Amino acid sequence: MKDLFKVVKDRVKPNQKSKKKEKADIPSGLFFKCPRCQTSIFNEEFEQSMRVCTKCSYHSRLTAKQRLEMIVDEGSFVEYDSSLKSKNPIDFPGYEEKVKDLVKLTGLNDAIITGECLIKGEKVVIGIMDSYFMMASMGSVVGEKITRAFERATEKKFSVILFTASGGARMQEGIISLMQMAKTSAAIAKHSEEGLFYCAVLTDPTTGGVTASFASLADITLAEPKILVGFAGRRVIENTIHQRLPDEFQSAEFLQEHGFVDKIVERKDLRRVLYRLVKFHKKEEQKSWNI
Amino acid sequence: MEHLTAWERLNIVHNPKRPNAYDYIEGIFENYCELKGDRLFGEDAAITGGIATFENLPVTVIATVKGKNLEQNKKYNFSMAHPEGYRKALRLSKQAEKFKRPVICFVDTTGAFCGVDAEKRGQGQAIATNLLEWARLKTPIITIITGEGGSGGALGLAVCDELAMLENAVYSVISPRGAASILWRDPKKEEEAANTMKITAEDLKGFEVADAIIKEPIGGAHNDPNMVYENISEYLLKALKTNLQKSVAMLLQDRYNKFRKIGIFDE
Repeated sequence: MKDLFKVVKDRVKPNQKSKKKEKADIPSGLFFKCPRCQTSIFNEEFEQSMRVCTKCSYHSRLTAKQRLEMIVDEGSFVEYDSSLKSKNPIDFPGYEEKVKDLVKLTGLNDAIITGECLIKGEKVVIGIMDSYFMMASMGSVVGEKITRAFERATEKKFSVILFTASGGARMQEGIISLMQMAKTSAAIAKHSEEGLFYCAVLTDPTTGGVTASFASLADITLAEPKILVGFAGRRVIENTIHQRLPDEFQSAEFLQEHGFVDKIVERKDLRRVLYRLVKFHKKEEQKSWNI
Repeated sequence: MEHLTAWERLNIVHNPKRPNAYDYIEGIFENYCELKGDRLFGEDAAITGGIATFENLPVTVIATVKGKNLEQNKKYNFSMAHPEGYRKALRLSKQAEKFKRPVICFVDTTGAFCGVDAEKRGQGQAIATNLLEWARLKTPIITIITGEGGSGGALGLAVCDELAMLENAVYSVISPRGAASILWRDPKKEEEAANTMKITAEDLKGFEVADAIIKEPIGGAHNDPNMVYENISEYLLKALKTNLQKSVAMLLQDRYNKFRKIGIFDE
């Protein structure tokens, strides 16, 4: 348990599995162009750096599968509720087709995967949102999967780690999507009351109704560097105040400065930090002291 | 019930003559004593809160405030609260829990304020905390949407045991104008968006998000405010009786289930 937050060499090997050719949803080509600093980086170099911009350290968006491979012990992930699929609760024009197309494109049924896994041998319940699926907006399926993940973690007495990324509540599901904010928050309250640990990892972008619910309710809140986190859309605010906002507005660093993020963690260190945080909160560690 | 479109109802609730939070408080309660400030940053006039009596029962009242003219609207920030408004609501609700008073909320807000200071002080975190804390608040919470239930800004005061809506009230994940500009990329399609998004009291009762619809006079609450105060009082009396009878464990279990069951998906 010592050296909990000290940088050590024990890191996930970058480029562990990223050479698989399955990322149909990621623009291909020879270069990755960083949306933050506009630098073009060779794809190979970009993959080597775990899809982090080597110039400005912008932590680019990952698919849920890519994230899973970087964080969990190989072969340990057991998925929950993968068959959940959204319907069209308010008969929103074109919604079903849009979902159908995204299911085909991403290989996911909706914008989050949840399940149990091991991180360096420690069992946790994990949820990873995928911004390539309708900007990971939260509708019934996302809300239900997160709620069930917390309910199962409460029952089994596991910690929960959520990688958040979202454009907010899914407008196409109307009021039902807004209610998912209340539903997930209530499930977190129950998990918390059992003395169980919840860690949120904010990733690019975490906004809107997700910021105003489960992303802001963790015991410990981590964030990847340079990502966007906020409640209101930047453009909405700019239109209200009629001026351009500085680049660092709503960044992870901005949030930390204002007291809303415990620790900004680089991608290469995430697996180790998460392992240590989960281990730190294990009841057995206290039991050895008979407390 | 009058047969009006969502757009027509939206126009009724936007009428500046419509009763606002202070009208409802005066029309329904006695001895209202306003209590200010979140004890962390400041006072937010967009949300008023305090103690009052209802049929001799001490209650805590929390309400978003709309102004009736520009001057008032500036004072109340057009009903759009900053984080300190939500934190004041949380403080007053904890006080209500301590003294075993039910909490009664009135919601008529365009939404939580979107601005630089609101972001700096954690608008998202403030609302999220209310959602979590009210899910386990050990005293009954009754919320009435009296006009606009604007997204997270409304939900921040609407985790409750019973949700009622006035007949013409709307409750939505995004304002029709916002939906039009984001989903149709054309803010002028506001009317179409309003009528598509299923935001009326009737729609919400159908989704089991709203538990009751409170009747308004023809043309809207401003045509006969006293009738509306009476209807609200009648509803409150019933809702309070039901929920005050429950044990705390049952109250919290029912509240959990109320939100737990909402979601429409295939499995």
